[in-house]
Amino acid sequence: METMLAVLVGWLVAAAVYLMLSRSLVRYLFGLVLISNAANLAVFASGRLSTSAPALVQPGQLAPAADVANALPQALILTAIVIGFGLLAFAFVLAFRAREELGTVDTDAMRVAEPPALTPAAAVDREGRSAA
Amino acid sequence: MSWLLAAPILTPMTTAIVCLLVRRHARVERAVSVAGGGLLLAPCLMLLVAVWNGGPLAGQMGSWPAPYGITLVADLFSAVMVAIAGLTGFAVAVYGVADIDRERQRFGFHTLYHILLGGVCGAFLTGDLFNLYVWFEVMLIASFALITLGGERAQLDGAVKYAAINLVSTVLLLTAIGLTYGATGTLNMADLSVRVGAVENQGLVSVLAVLFLIALGIKAAVFPLFFWLPASYHTPPVAVTAILSALMTKVGVYALMRVFTLIFTDDVGFTHTLLLWVAALTMITGVLGAAAQTDVRRILSFHIVSQIGYMVLGLALYTPLAIAGAVFYLVHNILAKTSLFLVGGMMGRLGGCQELSRIGGFYQSAPLLAVIFLIAAFSLAGFPPLSGFWAKFILVKASLDLEHYVIAAVALGVGLMTIYSMTKIWILGFWKPAPGGSDTAPVPAPSPGETTLRLAPAAALTALTVVLGVSPEPFLEVATRAAAELFEPRAYVEAVLGERP
Repeated sequence: METMLAVLVGWLVAAAVYLMLSRSLVRYLFGLVLISNAANLAVFASGRLSTSAPALVQPGQLAPAADVANALPQALILTAIVIGFGLLAFAFVLAFRAREELGTVDTDAMRVAEPPALTPAAAVDREGRSAA
Repeated sequence: MSWLLAAPILTPMTTAIVCLLVRRHARVERAVSVAGGGLLLAPCLMLLVAVWNGGPLAGQMGSWPAPYGITLVADLFSAVMVAIAGLTGFAVAVYGVADIDRERQRFGFHTLYHILLGGVCGAFLTGDLFNLYVWFEVMLIASFALITLGGERAQLDGAVKYAAINLVSTVLLLTAIGLTYGATGTLNMADLSVRVGAVENQGLVSVLAVLFLIALGIKAAVFPLFFWLPASYHTPPVAVTAILSALMTKVGVYALMRVFTLIFTDDVGFTHTLLLWVAALTMITGVLGAAAQTDVRRILSFHIVSQIGYMVLGLALYTPLAIAGAVFYLVHNILAKTSLFLVGGMMGRLGGCQELSRIGGFYQSAPLLAVIFLIAAFSLAGFPPLSGFWAKFILVKASLDLEHYVIAAVALGVGLMTIYSMTKIWILGFWKPAPGGSDTAPVPAPSPGETTLRLAPAAALTALTVVLGVSPEPFLEVATRAAAELFEPRAYVEAVLGERP
């Protein structure tokens, strides 16, 4: 079981990395969805996979009678899913707004915050103006 | 459960809620925000005093004993970081009143700002790895919103890069935490420090250490993972840049120092050598990047990166003296860097932009600003008798003690390059007469009230670096003791887990 899950996580990460290396912001975000699910599955596996009972205590007892599954990784994943969902929702809206304002989802074409270096001619022009 | 431990988290969260409740009354909201910043300072300083007098404090949430419950814990290092966070949080809140326009305030600047502060304090105080992850996310979502607030073109561009890389770091951190739980069966940091040594497969522990190094390295902006920082930090209003530079990356450094002094200390030859390389390259690339820039804020952004290198250097050398140097450097850098960003913001306010070719003459037109800049810049570059000198002196001495001559030379050389950048701002921004070309629109002069709100925080922070520099002895003692606690975390572990036989 662990092997299968490991292979699945591996495939998910591979697909996610492939998507995230793309210049398109939308593909990047889909890659992010995949890789965060891969991370969740990895956390799930850290609690050991077993077919034991849910971690419930019978009335009147202080400890569960039989072997129980580890509930902590599941709680961690639940938290991670909620956080991940919020972040993803933000990221998608950000991508949408960036498309509206900048007119592109190609991350290489987004050069507003870091404009490309001035060509020598343009630099001379600018120097000339500031000296004048 | 000591209330003192929870107060630095609860105060900003409460302030955030009150800001939201009074958001229809702009003046009231600003007053609440400043008052909340000032109020935060009280529990932060009280915590520092309590930890200084009584040793590490720990509290268990909901009274579930460690390692099962969520632990809040403050050793001296945490307490110092919380205190400095409260201090800069207050200073930048005051500056924000003048710097943030009506539109951004209406969209919740003050609320987000205090949520960010709460997240920072939470990350400093938590004793649980998964909880650390959650606090990182609280900070991250608040910083995302702060960076995009206003929605200018450059801001959206910067935010895309900021968000994209930080989300990857989030996923890596979660994976690292999950695998750590799988390997050790605990997430409590004090418990981990005991148990990691007992893991059979020590190769796996090294893998985990590197995963943490990458995940937290992205947050701390170390080489080669820092490119998001200079791409985004110069786009939002200065108040946002100042608080992000003061606290966000430093939380990454804090987490690195915590993890690599408490948990991954068994294979120092591997992990800390790696950190040493990271430190050297971070210092060099950051300072070279700054040399190529001509915009005040972009120069300062690259200098954040280079100075992160010094802090990581202290951690990498891993001697009590070096870690004390790193703690000293963290505090000094937060003070000096925040002050410089605030000065840069004032230059931008007076000149209409922060591009050095289009502004100038502030030595004549704003002499007080020039004095503040000069002191903060010399402190950053490491001139005696300012705080930066002592911070660098300790780190260089620590590397010479270990006979790491190359890294000592790098640290000194990078200091020289820092002087070059600071001189560039000084000559072009302060000495050179204002260009007054046709492309600079005239800017309305700030009112005396606005000038005070902008200059007072910068002046106060700069004054602190002077105090720290002129009489470093008391703080050096604090840093040395904090480093001793980090280096020998027995007291920390006992505070969390109780007395060990």
